[in-house]
Amino acid sequence: MKTFSLSESAIDAASLGRELEREHVGAVVTFEGRVRDHNEGRAVRGLAYEAYAELAEAEGARILGEARTRFEIARALCVHRVGELALGELAVWVGVSAAHRDAAFAACRYIIDEVKSRVPIWKHERYVGGKAEWLHPWNP
Amino acid sequence: MNYTLLYFASLRDAAGCAQESVVSEARDPGSLYADAAARHGFRMPPERVRVAVNGAFAARDVVLNDGDEIAFLPPVSGG
Repeated sequence: MKTFSLSESAIDAASLGRELEREHVGAVVTFEGRVRDHNEGRAVRGLAYEAYAELAEAEGARILGEARTRFEIARALCVHRVGELALGELAVWVGVSAAHRDAAFAACRYIIDEVKSRVPIWKHERYVGGKAEWLHPWNP
Repeated sequence: MNYTLLYFASLRDAAGCAQESVVSEARDPGSLYADAAARHGFRMPPERVRVAVNGAFAARDVVLNDGDEIAFLPPVSGG
């Protein structure tokens, strides 16, 4: 299974979690990013993610590889949704297993932060009232 | 030179298409972006737009070859 993948259908966190189970693993840390009903003071109705799939999968795999180099972990996986999502739906899932919790927490945090800042995926939010826009944060 | 240009997110909306074929004298992605911005009315400043050539991140001043596929990537917002 690929360490980073894009999914057009609902993310199955339970089955992904089972991929992390190993006998030498003492810690499993997972992160679930979900669709919020508000953003920067606006009521959100739903959203869609668009990706440059070829490059997103390559850059995502690179980040997971970096995590395995930087931290003492056993396995790390990440799945990001694309397409239309409803409120509350799972948008991104990160799971890390390790012998000890410090490495698992640190690697999980590293992966989600790097995915958010580097992987070519874009969020299109639809607001209550009918407006919609792309989010293009301009922070360096 | 013949190039294929890929647009994403707000750039795709502004261009009205996800990709287009162009014939251009431009030899680097920065020049191609300037031409595309003028043609489509992009307001995204070039320094905010990352570039990929043939599926890999690239510098805006890399020298292009005939047939290259150039993607213009506005700031990302996954997660």
